[in-house]
Amino acid sequence: METLITVLVGLLVTVAVYLLLSRNLIRVILGTAVLSHAAHLLLMTMGNGLKKGSAPLLGENANSYVDALPQALILTAIVISFAVTAFLLVLAYRTYKKTGTDDLHALRGFNDE
Amino acid sequence: MTITLSIFIPFLAAIFIPFIYKRIQNRHIGWFVIIVPIALFIFLASFIPSIANGSTYMHTIRWIDSAGIHFATYLDGLSLIFALLITGVGSLVILYSIYYLSERESLGRFYVYLLLFMGAMLGVVLSDNLMMLYVFWELTSISSFLLIAFWYHRKKSRYGAQKSMLITVSGGIAMLAGFIMLQSLTGSFSVREIVATIGQYTDEPLFLWAMLLVLLGAFTKSAQFPFHIWLPDAMEAPTPVSAYLHSATMVKAGIYLVARFTPIFGGEAVWFYTVSGVGLFTLLVGSFNAVKQTDLKALLAYSTVSQLGLVMSLFGLGSVALQHGYSPDSVIYTQATFAALFHLINHSTFKGALFMVVGIVDHELGTRDIRRLGGLMAFMPITFTIALIGSFSMAGLPPFNGFLSKEMFFEALVNARNLEVFSTGTVGTLFLVVAWIASVFTFVYSMIIVFQTFFGEFHPERVEKPSSEASFGMLVAPSVLAIFVVGIFFFPNVVGNYLLRPAMTAIYPSFAGAEGLVPHIKAWHGFNPALWMTIGVIILGTILYKLIKYWRGVYTIAPLRWNLDTAFNAGLTWLEGGSHFITRMYMKGYLKDYLVYIFTFFIVAVGGSILWTGSYSFDFTDNSPIAINEFLIVLAMAGAALAMIFAKSRMTAIILNGVLGYSIALLFVVFRAPDLALTQTVVETVTTALFLLCFYFLPEWKKERSARKTKIMNGIIALSAGTIVTVLALAVQGNKMFESISVYFEDAYLLAGGKNIVNTILGDFRAFDTMLEVVVLFIAGIGVFTLIKLKTGKEDKDIEDQ
Repeated sequence: METLITVLVGLLVTVAVYLLLSRNLIRVILGTAVLSHAAHLLLMTMGNGLKKGSAPLLGENANSYVDALPQALILTAIVISFAVTAFLLVLAYRTYKKTGTDDLHALRGFNDE
Repeated sequence: MTITLSIFIPFLAAIFIPFIYKRIQNRHIGWFVIIVPIALFIFLASFIPSIANGSTYMHTIRWIDSAGIHFATYLDGLSLIFALLITGVGSLVILYSIYYLSERESLGRFYVYLLLFMGAMLGVVLSDNLMMLYVFWELTSISSFLLIAFWYHRKKSRYGAQKSMLITVSGGIAMLAGFIMLQSLTGSFSVREIVATIGQYTDEPLFLWAMLLVLLGAFTKSAQFPFHIWLPDAMEAPTPVSAYLHSATMVKAGIYLVARFTPIFGGEAVWFYTVSGVGLFTLLVGSFNAVKQTDLKALLAYSTVSQLGLVMSLFGLGSVALQHGYSPDSVIYTQATFAALFHLINHSTFKGALFMVVGIVDHELGTRDIRRLGGLMAFMPITFTIALIGSFSMAGLPPFNGFLSKEMFFEALVNARNLEVFSTGTVGTLFLVVAWIASVFTFVYSMIIVFQTFFGEFHPERVEKPSSEASFGMLVAPSVLAIFVVGIFFFPNVVGNYLLRPAMTAIYPSFAGAEGLVPHIKAWHGFNPALWMTIGVIILGTILYKLIKYWRGVYTIAPLRWNLDTAFNAGLTWLEGGSHFITRMYMKGYLKDYLVYIFTFFIVAVGGSILWTGSYSFDFTDNSPIAINEFLIVLAMAGAALAMIFAKSRMTAIILNGVLGYSIALLFVVFRAPDLALTQTVVETVTTALFLLCFYFLPEWKKERSARKTKIMNGIIALSAGTIVTVLALAVQGNKMFESISVYFEDAYLLAGGKNIVNTILGDFRAFDTMLEVVVLFIAGIGVFTLIKLKTGKEDKDIEDQ
């Protein structure tokens, strides 16, 4: 399972990086979203093994629980990545309104020299 | 303790100046400021008797033990002289500024800078810890920068400020390197401890480097050749500043450093040759160049350069005494140090007075160009008298203090020539000749100040303002200095016994109390070589002055016109151009390029180190089994991710992103993470909605117009990055090197009173992180809000601004 997920992470990173390198602003933002997905999964695999134990709720009275630490980290990361995505989207919206383009190459020539 | 405090008092006062300035926006603000140096002067002067009796004061506030950095102050004879000069001349300069500066200037700022400088300079001379000394040293450079650029609207002021900053700060950094070398040699940053232990390290290779680097700091600060070029340009500062920083105190920091380090490096041949050689050459270059100046302030600047060279060379000569320990012969060299300290005080008095005189001339007549001035004696009698006293003292004429120290200078050189330490035979003679020629030029420019400014005919049409004697307040400060110039001539041994004796002990700790360390200063000691040299200077100087128009032509001979300023400017332009060129090479302004740099670096650094260290060993034995439904989810995600790259419309892309997000939520369920699954579902929903909302405003995707080559390149980078992440993650999973700390959190109920472990981590164990996370959300929220609310009207203006 861990290996499978890790390979998936690698695939997601590949897709994310490819999107990040493109010229379209929305693709770049999508790239960051995919990259954060990949990071969350990666964090998950870094714990004490997947699916080993029950959910980290002490009320379950289980023998063992899965690693709670990555979960806490991911929870924080999900929220932050949401904030970043929202901010980037609004930024893209403003950029387009002001410059009339969402092409990063075209933006380079705008208002610069 | 109180000494430590005295460093801080100017800084504390500087904090309050802006508040006082709000209330009192006129020249009288100066009266508040002047309290500080006067109080400090009186306080420090109260130490004179006990210091003269041989005691020293040390106070340490322990700070960073592991690095040996402490706030250590040390007051001995040497620091006392400087501290008294700083506060004494400082008081006079502020008194002078009160009348000199117009009320339209931003006086608050001026006094803040001045106090800042005063504190920093006191810090330099009172520090025992080298790191502390360094910080204060750079602070003086910074405050000097601020003061030179006080009239920042002038291009020349900014140029002078930048130049002085660049030269003195780079020297300071060299000095820092030297300090660190000393520390690594001796294991201590304390000057006193280094003095005590340095003897056993003099053969180390680092010792020589440390010496040269420290000297670099001293030479840049004290405007020694070839670093003297910043001082004439620093004259763009208001005249009180020139009098204070650039003649009496800051430029003497380098001298102080040399004196302070004489017990450490003294006795070495390199030290002697460098310090004395550079000093004498500077003396010659400075005095020679001073003669050709037409601006009175520039003339004084070059004369300061040359006088600093003189003091420097004397310290170099004096260091020879440390070579063989004490013997009756050593006295010949210690006399040089004595003369250096004596001349240091004298120079501050006469040069301070002269600067103030030039300031008065500038203030009253609106010009300080020698060619436009003349005949001022008739209506500025007091100013003339002060100028006469200052100049004649500088020229080395009796009955002024300059005569005494100049005589001692000659005497030291004459005596040194006869001794064969470091086989100085021919060099000694050369030194003597150079010194004598430089003194002739010193005599000439001193005469220029007096005769060309105050004698001759006055041409009212050549000056800017109607002329009269300066106001009383402006004359007080230079008069006090002039009184000292004369007073020290008649009572030199008061200075000698109370100030110079303890300072000599500080420089020659091993000779403490030795006979002849503090000679009795006499104005008349018969017709000895020194006196004959002085007489020669006067005769030749007078002849040269009279004939100046016949030999002025030498200054236009080509080699003399090549100057270091041109080289400095060319170097600066070249550096700026070069760095601009390099920056342009990679800072292209495309987001893509920057991301390529980042990912390439990641690939090369991480991938490279994985290959290099061979740490790609995997261990799959601990894997959990995969259920068929899980496999399907992963497969769906992989498909969605790949399809995203080829998505033709943005709608497809965003739906695919949604597939990814919701699949992860499902995976979280599988991984027994209910909180994550819930959060992920909510967030994914909102994110998708946001994307869709944005699409309403944004244009449809166009086909990527990138070249095929670029796409392949991007693909390679993306694939490598993905592979490396996988390999890295697998390697980490296969080799757990540390025990997991997660078990700790399983006591959540006991420790935090919660049964949901994830929640207790977020809300209790790492509550601060969560709080900051909320802050991030809040900031992002504000950003989103402002970006949406920003009115179009404002936008247009923004574009105009750009």
